[in-house]
Amino acid sequence: MQIPFTVENREDTAVYNGKLGIWLFLASEVMLFGALFSSYIFLRVGSTNWPDGSSILNIPMATFNTVVLITSSITMVMSWVGLMEKNYKKFSLYMFSTILLGTIFLVVKYFEYTAKFEHHLFPSTNTFLAIYYTLTGLHVIHILGGLIVNGYHLLFGKKMWETEPQRFTNRIEVSGLYWHFVDLVWIFLFPLLYLL
Amino acid sequence: MSAHDLSKEVKKYILVFVGLMILTFVTVYVSSLEVGIITGIIIAMAIAATKGTLVASFFMHLLHEKKIIFWLLIFTAIFLTGLLLLPILVKMNGVRY
Repeated sequence: MQIPFTVENREDTAVYNGKLGIWLFLASEVMLFGALFSSYIFLRVGSTNWPDGSSILNIPMATFNTVVLITSSITMVMSWVGLMEKNYKKFSLYMFSTILLGTIFLVVKYFEYTAKFEHHLFPSTNTFLAIYYTLTGLHVIHILGGLIVNGYHLLFGKKMWETEPQRFTNRIEVSGLYWHFVDLVWIFLFPLLYLL
Repeated sequence: MSAHDLSKEVKKYILVFVGLMILTFVTVYVSSLEVGIITGIIIAMAIAATKGTLVASFFMHLLHEKKIIFWLLIFTAIFLTGLLLLPILVKMNGVRY
């Protein structure tokens, strides 16, 4: 038996199930990160001595990572455009670029973390670093998750593209929504932790 | 979506990408100015909100999305606002913690 509404829209929701599912998931993600942002505000307004993020963290590295993540967002949406144009090669190229950029983000983050550890700046050092590692660590896990899903599409997507092209296109759209959300979270994390 | 519509969308994506890049460097530049912490937070969050709106509207296709998705997001926004206001309300109430 085939799974219903993977391609065609449902009459009651006017969207296919995958799209409604990912938006519901993203709504729960908003609340997850929202709770941590709320904790950040709580800790910051209650603190008598809050360090300047720019004096502890590496702004050029984080700016570079912001550029990398925004670029990965456009390559992700272009991979979907490739499928809409029925051009699998274009999809593969842009999806590979997205994965590469996501990996670069993680490598930069690895260097950032190790530099902090070398200077004995751990989550237990102070409240600022505790919330910094919690928020960026959770974000890193999300990037990892996105890379696994995108990697799966790149390596094993061809078969579905040949048999059910619209279903595969929808899968890429849904994966793209998740990836853009991860980019969106970073857009707020960057100024909040590094610049303010 | 026709090939013409798709090429129009791609042009928009490129414009949004350029806009996001410019706003990223504006954020970094503004943070180096001596404007005070409150003004700094307002400017930085306003730029971040603009960038977020651009990503959601164009890359996430929210501009062309169906009503049910908007309803879902409206409810999420209401709960998120409550969540973010909690620590501020606690502070305004003068509760010691």
